[in-house]
Amino acid sequence: MTTATHTPLPTDVRRSSRLDTEGSPTSAATPSPAEGTLVVEDLHVTFRAKHRSVEAVRGISFTVTAGKTLVLLGESGSGKSVSARSILRLYSSAVEVTGRATLGGVELFGLPEREMQPLRGQAIALVPQDASGTLDPLRRIGSQITEVLRRHSVVSSRREARQRAEELLAQVGIADPRRAARSYPHELSGGMRQRALIAIAIACSPKVLIADEPTTALDVTIQAQILELFASLQDSLGMGLLLVTHDVGVARQIAHRVAVMYAGLLVEEGTGAAVLDHPAHPYTAGLLRAVPTHDTPRGFLHAIPGKPPAAGETVADACAFAPRCAFAVDRCRTQQPELVLVGSEHQAACPVVDGEVPPAADTTATGREAP
Amino acid sequence: MSSPVLLAEHLSKRFDNGVLAVDDVSLTVHPGETVGIVGESGCGKSTTGKLILRLLETDSGYVAFDGQNLATHSGQSLRDIRGKLQLVPQNPQTSLNPRLSITEAIAFNLRTHGWAKRDIAPRAASLLDMVGVPASYAHRYPHELSGGQLQRVAIARALSTDPKLIVCDEAVSALDKSVQAQVLNLLVELQNELGIAYLFISHDLGVVEHLSHRVLVMYLGRIVEESTAADLWQNPSHPYTVALFSSVPGPGRERIVLSGELPSPANPPSGCGFRTRCPIAIDDCAAARPAPVTVSVSDHHQAACIRVEERVPVTAAMGVHA
Amino acid sequence: MSAIEIPIGLMSPAGDGLPAGEVISRTRRHIPLTVIIPGSFLGLLILAAIFAPLVAPDGPTAGSIADRLQGVGSPGHLLGTDGQGRDILSRLIWGARPSLLEGIVPVAIAGTIGTVLGMVASLGGRRLHTLIMRTLDVFYSFPAVLLAIALAAALGAGVVSDIVALSIVLIAPIARVAETEVSRLRSSDFMEAAKASGAGWPSIAGRQVLPNIAPTLLVYCTALIGLAIVFAGGLSFLGLGIAPPQAEWGSMLNDLNQDLYNAPVLTLIPALMIFVTSIAFNILGDGLRDLLDTHSETVQ
Repeated sequence: MTTATHTPLPTDVRRSSRLDTEGSPTSAATPSPAEGTLVVEDLHVTFRAKHRSVEAVRGISFTVTAGKTLVLLGESGSGKSVSARSILRLYSSAVEVTGRATLGGVELFGLPEREMQPLRGQAIALVPQDASGTLDPLRRIGSQITEVLRRHSVVSSRREARQRAEELLAQVGIADPRRAARSYPHELSGGMRQRALIAIAIACSPKVLIADEPTTALDVTIQAQILELFASLQDSLGMGLLLVTHDVGVARQIAHRVAVMYAGLLVEEGTGAAVLDHPAHPYTAGLLRAVPTHDTPRGFLHAIPGKPPAAGETVADACAFAPRCAFAVDRCRTQQPELVLVGSEHQAACPVVDGEVPPAADTTATGREAP
Repeated sequence: MSSPVLLAEHLSKRFDNGVLAVDDVSLTVHPGETVGIVGESGCGKSTTGKLILRLLETDSGYVAFDGQNLATHSGQSLRDIRGKLQLVPQNPQTSLNPRLSITEAIAFNLRTHGWAKRDIAPRAASLLDMVGVPASYAHRYPHELSGGQLQRVAIARALSTDPKLIVCDEAVSALDKSVQAQVLNLLVELQNELGIAYLFISHDLGVVEHLSHRVLVMYLGRIVEESTAADLWQNPSHPYTVALFSSVPGPGRERIVLSGELPSPANPPSGCGFRTRCPIAIDDCAAARPAPVTVSVSDHHQAACIRVEERVPVTAAMGVHA
Repeated sequence: MSAIEIPIGLMSPAGDGLPAGEVISRTRRHIPLTVIIPGSFLGLLILAAIFAPLVAPDGPTAGSIADRLQGVGSPGHLLGTDGQGRDILSRLIWGARPSLLEGIVPVAIAGTIGTVLGMVASLGGRRLHTLIMRTLDVFYSFPAVLLAIALAAALGAGVVSDIVALSIVLIAPIARVAETEVSRLRSSDFMEAAKASGAGWPSIAGRQVLPNIAPTLLVYCTALIGLAIVFAGGLSFLGLGIAPPQAEWGSMLNDLNQDLYNAPVLTLIPALMIFVTSIAFNILGDGLRDLLDTHSETVQ
């Protein structure tokens, strides 16, 4: 942690590109049981309701390496948030989670709740999207942080807890931590509240931080501040970061590795540079091209026709993207493709496109002719 | 140049809680043109849209639509104007009445504007077809449609009275990117076919750049910079615009991370509203509200900053290495 | 389509799937037991009241003093007889006519007036809002029972004056619920779109607002019928209801009350009838809420 973020200067300018290609084990390779590495294998999440059940996540595997950022990229309904949150086992018994999740060799799903409880916050912490719905509106920020510290016995005295809370608030870049600690959530701006949530999440120095759309509700200039904060906290604390987002730009900026989800499955996974610059799955390519850039001719955005399937609308023995895919062939509709290596640090679940998706293969649909 | 379809002059709005949401905003929209308003939450862009639609009454200034001052009309003549000036709201989940089928939603608009009963159903069907909603959906209810389809219906409803201008208030912000692209393409296609003008209000810079001919940048209730879209992105001149554009996430870019947060609109700083966060602010910035300075005549590019003419490179001022 | 019809069926899973809210849309709608049970009881009761001449074993006033105070289950008198020897079952059935009428009609009248007032208050501008809501506050400041008694007494005894009195008492609460519901909708996007399209507020109220508030008001009014029946019973117990010797549950309670020490069980019968009917309307209201309200169930 640099002192620069403790007391922010009028402006804090830095170049940030994290699209490095340095090696970290792919989830396809055998993961090293390193301390602080989160390995998730064959995760299924099923929501059981009275009249039907919906499989929101249909068997995905990924690894969050210590000190690195994995971005789970996808659109609404893709199962990205559900995947991330299920690791913390925050869902009730109506939600069935199967698979394996190990953190530094400890199997999380097998643990009884009594042993899981202390791990939340201490080993894995969550930064949710909606600060206003997460912070207790009737309690001061400081006391919400000290509560976490005392619950996990990180501090021995009330005074130490208060001191540590202010340190944490300074660490997340709040200029006047003493005042912020005494404030109620509604007295802080959206960006400050998000910082306070991050302070709570890092209070017990977790090994892995799960951030569920942490900047979606924020303005773009505040989002830039928060993304910077994540990067600098990661540098200083060495945490693994699992960041869930729908925003390709956010992924570009912060990801070491990117995993793209569609309809409850991973369709592509690899280093940020590989996935975002050389997408090997037509969905990833379409998603990247759907975002307007400086040179997109007006009205000719590369839209993907149709809409993503809702959870539970997918067929088991087919590629879920096939109905919208320009490359789809018959076997896409009869066989669910597996992730295969398309590069040294890059895997994709498309047997038709071998390697990078050729440009402009998708249409400039307006949806007027589509069913 | 053709006469403007919309001319808004010196609009201001102070709410009961003292917030000066819009502070002397003027703008012009020509037929068939898209004017974008960008800015962060609380900058007054949505309130500006509401003042133009007369969903809120302006404290000062006026809105002239097609040469007619909206404030002087009421009853039938106001209704006729409103038929030509429509709205596509933000949230697909609430922009349609949950208890009306999508055909009924469009029919309500048509009935308001005096369409005969027998013409309403065929007109609604052709509008739905125009925006790409399958005919089989005509009698469905909003909760049965996806977000993208709902926004299409909202567009069809706005189109029903042959408008000259549609105010799109964050109309695609809630949609997934792959679906958003379809709706943006649709908006452009409809504009090309029907010659509608859009006032496109959004916080999404990429979308505004893509869709707009002209763009206004708002900060704390005021327009701080305006120009053609191409020129503005090439040559942003107000330090806020520069910082805003540089905040868009992406790799390997010079990023100006603004310190601090938006000042309270109930108690804005004196002089230039941006000076408390501005990397190149000087003492004079507090003295008076900066007047718009012309940056380029051909693009009608103006920036409300007293240091524009000095051409202080904002990034260099902060020691960024390119 | 009628205002309260709710779209059922044809429900595709809500488009955008399973976002953070984890809302799963229902595919089939079950009619809850809280609608079926009180609904069938009240349905039978209303049918019995309509066809009283066919259903009731006796006329409402028929009976001889010789048969007075027969117990429950005595031959020819299933629920016994009252102090004047009249068959209680018959009087209950005949008495259901004014009792139900005094429960349902005031709620229907007050529901209409209250809904209109609530919508006008909420949509018609600040001054109308103040005028209407403050006037309603005046009515609110009296205890409802006392207000009903005072009004009924002032209007004179009889079914019509009871109905008028109860209608006036019920307007304020209904208008308030309507006003709250409309205000909740007022800032929603579709209302702004309707206003921006040039529609006047009466047409917005009728076509955009009413379909949205109707289910809530229907639920609320159903429960209020239960209250109105109790109030009506109270009024006629006090002699402000239908003129004797005609049967009405409240006045029956009054009659039997005189023999409370001789035949306590008999006194309970009309009281129980008022109680059960009132509860049935309340439960039906709750059940209707479950039926009309939820488009989705949330998995927590």
